[in-house]
Amino acid sequence: MKKPLVLSLALTLLGFAGCQKAGDGTEILVGEFASLTGKEATFGISSHEGTVLAVEEINAAGGVNGKKIKLITEDNQSKAGESANAVNKLIAKDGCVAILGEVASSRSLEAAPICQQNNIPQISPSSTNPKVTETGDFIFRVCFIDPFQGTVMANFAKNTLKAQKVAVFTDVKSDYSKGLAKFFEEGFVKAGGQIVAQLDYNGGDKDFKGQLTAIKSANPEGVFVPGYYTDAALICIQAREVGLTVPFFGGDGWESEKLTEIGTDAVEGTYFSTHYSPDAGGPKGKAFVEAYKKRYHGKQPDAMAALGYDSAMILADAMKRAGSSEGSKVRDALAETKDFEAVTGKITINKNRDADKSAVILQVKGGKFTYVETIAP
Amino acid sequence: MDWFLQQSINGLALGAIYALIALGYTMVYGVLRFINFAHSDVLMLGAFSAFYLTPTIAGALGTQTIATAFVVIVLSALICALIGVTIEFLAYRPLRKRPRLTVLITAIGVSLFIEFTGQHEKVFGAATKPFPKLLPSRDLTWGALHFSSNDLVVLVLTAVLLLAMWLVVQRTKVGMAMRAVSYNQQAAALMGVNVNAVISFTFALGSALAAIAGIFYAMRAPGIEPLMGVQPGLRAFVAAVLGGIGNLPGAALGGILLGLLETFFGGMPGLSNYRDGIAFAILILILLFRPAGLLGKMQPEKV
Repeated sequence: MKKPLVLSLALTLLGFAGCQKAGDGTEILVGEFASLTGKEATFGISSHEGTVLAVEEINAAGGVNGKKIKLITEDNQSKAGESANAVNKLIAKDGCVAILGEVASSRSLEAAPICQQNNIPQISPSSTNPKVTETGDFIFRVCFIDPFQGTVMANFAKNTLKAQKVAVFTDVKSDYSKGLAKFFEEGFVKAGGQIVAQLDYNGGDKDFKGQLTAIKSANPEGVFVPGYYTDAALICIQAREVGLTVPFFGGDGWESEKLTEIGTDAVEGTYFSTHYSPDAGGPKGKAFVEAYKKRYHGKQPDAMAALGYDSAMILADAMKRAGSSEGSKVRDALAETKDFEAVTGKITINKNRDADKSAVILQVKGGKFTYVETIAP
Repeated sequence: MDWFLQQSINGLALGAIYALIALGYTMVYGVLRFINFAHSDVLMLGAFSAFYLTPTIAGALGTQTIATAFVVIVLSALICALIGVTIEFLAYRPLRKRPRLTVLITAIGVSLFIEFTGQHEKVFGAATKPFPKLLPSRDLTWGALHFSSNDLVVLVLTAVLLLAMWLVVQRTKVGMAMRAVSYNQQAAALMGVNVNAVISFTFALGSALAAIAGIFYAMRAPGIEPLMGVQPGLRAFVAAVLGGIGNLPGAALGGILLGLLETFFGGMPGLSNYRDGIAFAILILILLFRPAGLLGKMQPEKV
C-alpha cells in the first residue's frame, strides 16, 4: 500500500507547482466565502446566487478594465473557524485581489483581520453588526447596520403599530440579537414608548412558554423578537398557544422561507425589517428580479440575493473608477462611492465604510412576504 | 394566581415529555446498570419517522385525524423499538462482559454517530424541517388560562404510559424476568431466564417511549433537526437521576419537577437567562441531601 501514497503525494506536489497565481493578465480573481451548507445555508446560497449573477452580467458587458472577473467560491459550512481557512486560501493560494462575504457578522469578523493584514479589500454583503467594518480601513459593507435597524423598528412600533408598551425577547447566545435589542430599546424609549418586559432565550431552545407567559402578564401591545427565523417561528407558535395575540415583529434575521414553513398560521401578520423587497425599488430593482428569475428557474430573489449582487457590482464599479485592481487603489475608490444606484437602493459609503441606505418593512400575509413601507435613514 | 396556574400548566406539559424520556433512561439503567446515551437520538429518530410517515398515512386516513395520529405514533414507536434493539445488539451486547466504562463510552459514540450521520445532506440534512400537524390542535381557554389541546393529550398519555410500564414491570412474567435480571444477571440466567431476550425487550420498550416523547416534543415545537434530541435528552437524564435512577415513578416525578422549575424560572423577568442554571442548582441541592434521588434507595456498592 506504500506506492499509491507516494504517488498521490507526488501528484499533489505537482499540482501545487502547476498552480498559477493571479495576474496572468486576462482575468481579475475575486474570492467569495459563503455558508453554502449547514445551519445558515438559506442565507449563504441566496447571497452566492446574487453574487454569481452580478459577475456574469459584468463579464457579459465586457468585464472591468478590459479584463473578465473570475469568481472563486469557498464554502465555510456555517462553521466557526472555517471562514479564516477559506479566506487564507483565497488570498495566499489563489491570489484573489478582493474578497466578498459573509452574511453572518461573526464569520465576516473572522475574515476581516486577514484581509486587512494583506491589504485586500473585503466587502460584506449583509453583516449588520457595527464591529465588522471597525476592523480596519479595507473592510466595507453594502448593507445598513444594527443601530439603524433597531431605530427603524422602534419608530415602526411607535408610529405604525401605535404601540406604547412593548416587550423585547432576546436571544442571549447571539451578538446580533443582543445588539439589535439594545438599539431597539434605546430608540423606542427615545420615541416616548415604554419597554414593559425584557426576557431572554437561548438560540436553539424549543420551549418558550415560561417566558411568553411572563410577557403576556406584562400586557404589551407588541413583542420585538430580534432573533433568527427558526426560533422566531417557534416563538410565534407557542405565543398563540398561551393566548398572546399582539403583533410580533423582528429584524432581517427573520427573512427566510423557513419562517412561514415552520410558523404557518402563527406567523401570519408579523412584521420584520429587511434590506430589500422585490415589490419595491426602481427600474434597476425590477431588472434584477427579472434577471434573477431567469437565471434561477423562477426563484424569487430575497434580500440576501440582492445584497450579494450589490456587493459584486460595487466592487466592479470601484475597480473601474480606480482603473486598476490593485488593493489600496480599489480601497480608495470604494471609500469614495457616492449615490451608487444599486438594487437595494442608493448606496453611499460613509466614513465608517458602512452603507447609508434605507430599510424596508415586510409583513407576512398569506404565507408570503409583502411590502409595507420604506424607511429612509 | 392566574399567572401561577398558567405557568403550572406550561411546566406540567413540558415536564410530562421529560418524564416520558426519563422512563427510557431509567428502565435501561434498571436492567443493565448503564446509561444509554443514544436514547436522546432515538427520540430524534422517532420524530423523523413520524415526519416521513405522516404524508403517506394522512393520504390514507385523512389529515389531522386521530386515526392518522395513532397509526403514525404506533409505527414510529415500532421503528424506534427496532432501532433500539439493533443498537443494543450491535454496539452493547458484544461488550456486556467488559468494564461498564467501555459500554458508557460506546454509548456516547453511538449517540454522536447517529447525530452526525443525520446531519449529512443525503440523510436528514442539518436544516430545520417543519413538523406536520398530527392532531387537530385547538387552543383552549378556561377563564384566563390558555393551553393547547396537545398539552392535555401529552399529560393524559404520559399518565397512561407510566401506569402501563408499572404494570408491565410489576405484574407480568416478562416484567418479573426484568426485575430478576436487574437483581442478579447470572442467577436469573441459571433460573432459566433468557437474559438476552429480556434485555432486547427492555431496549424495545424504552426506545418506543423515546419515539413517542420525540413526536410530542416535535408537536410542541414543530421544527425538527438531527440535534433536537440533545437538550431534552440531557434534561431527562438529569430527571431520571433526580427521581432515583432505576425507579419508574421516580423518573416521572423528576421529569415533572424539572419541567416546572424550568418554566417558573424562565418566566421571571431578569432571571430568564439563568433558568437552566437555577433549575440545575436546585437539583444539585436535592441530590446533596438525597444522593440516591427522591425515590431511589441507597444500595451500598458491593466489593
